[in-house]
Amino acid sequence: MSTRSGYRAQEESITLSPLEEQIAAQRGGESTELLTLNIGPHHPATHGVLRLLVTLEGEIVRELKPIIGYVHTGIEKTAEQKAYWKVIPVIERMDYLSYYFNAMAFCGAVETLLECEVPKRAQYLRVIHLELNRIMSHLVWLGTSALDLGAISMFWYCFRERETILDLFEFSSGQRMHTRYFQVGGVIEDIPRGFEAKLREFISIMPGRTDQYADLLRRNEILLQRLRGVCPLDEATLLGLGVTGPLLRAAGNPWDLRKADPYTSYEDFEFKIPVGTVGDNYDRFAVRLAEIYESVKIIEQALDGLPEGPYITEDRKIALPPRHELATSMEALIHHFKLVTEGFRVPPGEIYYPIESPRGELGCFIRSDGSSKPARVHMRDPSFVNLQATAPMVRGAYIADLIATLAMLDPILGGIDR
Amino acid sequence: MALTREPIEPGSFRARGLLARDMLRGDLEGLELERHVEQSLLLTTLDRAVAWGRSNAIFPATFGLACCAIEMMSVVAARVDIARFGFEAFRASPRQADLLILSGRVSIKMAPVVRRIYDQMLEPKWAIAMGACSSSMGVFNNYAIVPADKFMPIDVHVPGCPPRPEALMHGILKLRKMIQEDPDMGWRERYDAEGTEEVLSGAEPTGA
Amino acid sequence: MPDQVGLELIAGQLSSAIPGAVLQTTFFRGRGTVEIAPGVVRGVLSSLRDEHGYRALMSVHGVDYYPEEPRLGVHYELLDMERVDRLTVKLRVPLAQASVESVTADWPTADHQEREVYDMFGVNFDGHPDLRRILMPEDYEGYPQRRDFPIGGEPVLFTYNDATSPGWTR
Repeated sequence: MSTRSGYRAQEESITLSPLEEQIAAQRGGESTELLTLNIGPHHPATHGVLRLLVTLEGEIVRELKPIIGYVHTGIEKTAEQKAYWKVIPVIERMDYLSYYFNAMAFCGAVETLLECEVPKRAQYLRVIHLELNRIMSHLVWLGTSALDLGAISMFWYCFRERETILDLFEFSSGQRMHTRYFQVGGVIEDIPRGFEAKLREFISIMPGRTDQYADLLRRNEILLQRLRGVCPLDEATLLGLGVTGPLLRAAGNPWDLRKADPYTSYEDFEFKIPVGTVGDNYDRFAVRLAEIYESVKIIEQALDGLPEGPYITEDRKIALPPRHELATSMEALIHHFKLVTEGFRVPPGEIYYPIESPRGELGCFIRSDGSSKPARVHMRDPSFVNLQATAPMVRGAYIADLIATLAMLDPILGGIDR
Repeated sequence: MALTREPIEPGSFRARGLLARDMLRGDLEGLELERHVEQSLLLTTLDRAVAWGRSNAIFPATFGLACCAIEMMSVVAARVDIARFGFEAFRASPRQADLLILSGRVSIKMAPVVRRIYDQMLEPKWAIAMGACSSSMGVFNNYAIVPADKFMPIDVHVPGCPPRPEALMHGILKLRKMIQEDPDMGWRERYDAEGTEEVLSGAEPTGA
Repeated sequence: MPDQVGLELIAGQLSSAIPGAVLQTTFFRGRGTVEIAPGVVRGVLSSLRDEHGYRALMSVHGVDYYPEEPRLGVHYELLDMERVDRLTVKLRVPLAQASVESVTADWPTADHQEREVYDMFGVNFDGHPDLRRILMPEDYEGYPQRRDFPIGGEPVLFTYNDATSPGWTR
């Protein structure tokens, strides 16, 4: 077919001579042939459908170009067509491992626009679920990264804990993933009886389990050789690239929005920020592992200090009234009707609301034009920006190190492509 | 002595014996011959054994696209264990895989890639559309998503967003039952899906 | 966040450094936004980084202000990590001259993000090292996130149009 031969001709016409000459000049005249290889989009070692064009010299990566867009869902445009509370399920499916964080960023932005006060109990419940989600995201990262590196049995251990966390999510909201639990003004429902007991049981076993994972991996010779000293990147380059989250903390910068710019009552809790020293793959691994311990501490403090009170704002123009009120109060009925059919109206304005997701700074930009549907929703996804750091990290490293670095980068393609 | 003729029930041993005798004599023709061949072949123990073997040792291809991929990983994990049914060997290369579990939303950019991977799988092959996004458009009805039915034949659609691991298990077991009972899969003719394998021998791939 | 007074001070200093730069300042819900003229974006961002300490560019994103003119906007979210200050710099360009100078040379993080604004809104970034579509297929026509671009999608299947679905068997 002509298109096929045209494609082959185009492939053959690509020359890599500038890069080859550069390398030859570095070597003092010895020329070498470079191979451009396409990794993905369907590849077992990439976390999602990420396509990489690597230019190799032997087994050393000389140049890397990520090509994304294979899971682009048009979430931001879909969000413009729906009322604000209907956007929440859509926006949750963006970064599909940290769905509570997506919902938190969006709800926080809308609440800022509305100047709506979130009750304290709702804030503490939000913190509990956010930290549970953070643990779950780090567990999936640990399982799949260990799988990539060859420590296959870690996958089953991590998913065992993940199932317990998903049981908790199912207990509080009815769904395992994409739970729609966070609503504008608070949370959709109070936690049921028995949730606290189950959660306490979980946080009593979790540090022990994390110790088990650490014991399995931390001093494993193969893991150390694959991660220690591999693909470091200094803090200045990372900051220039806009990288945040565990990657930046591994390089030594303790920037964490939970401490720097607290939201949802994070200032009430005492926890530490794990920070690395060298910024290589091992530091990224260790930082995330340590964050699991810290998250357990936060959950325990939130559970101990959980105040009584409403779980969603009392403003009936924003939150649905409780069902029993509908039988007696006319206003409740009207509010319910207006909220369900049209939705609440948000005063016009623009806001950018950043939070700390397991991968870095997750920001939600909303522009509202006074109607009940947002005029523009943009999520500043951490993985999208962190992906730009891959190329500087892996230049000069082996292909196997590329796979390990991708694993330690923790990219989630749903967030990258939105 | 009165002659009585007992009616021969169709499908009984005697009737099948008579049909076999007619076939050997060359007396069966056209539709009758076809039907006889079909019946006797489908009911042979050998065919059933092959279908049983195929259904219990499917190699799924590792093909996770989005959120449903995480629930697919849960199916592989210990609580809902897919290895009990023989599906544990996930093959990365489509040439070695039998089953494509389309887990996640298929975007415009990804659709030709998925089709190519499906083409690279060798017959017999099956496809499960996991989740609402791949079966229909799911939550996102917009310019960027393609429902999988538009470009490749799907055997089982599993609804859910994402489907629970138990729901995916149900879909997989349904597929397994389909393979055991009706391995014919002639229904795929309407997709023009015959002969679309991509075989790298210098020959152009036929079909879509 | 810089409070209202701080925002006005910054805007004043920017205006005196680069005349005609600042068009408007907004202080909304505790955050400051500076609207600048499209031609001076690189100078403004450099000045904010060097003189006012906003050393991190967190986000570059586009907004379509349809039907108001000028229609396409680009927002730059700046962050000062030492004082935990955020500032938004925004500019608006009309559809006819939708081109802005790229800031990728000063801020490497803007690379993919400007490509996304180009892909979704059609804003050209002069001086960008590799301006191609990033999320849509490379030969896609149209700029999806503009407000007048149709949402697309498949029709919802009811009984009367069920048979047109490709997955229909009888």
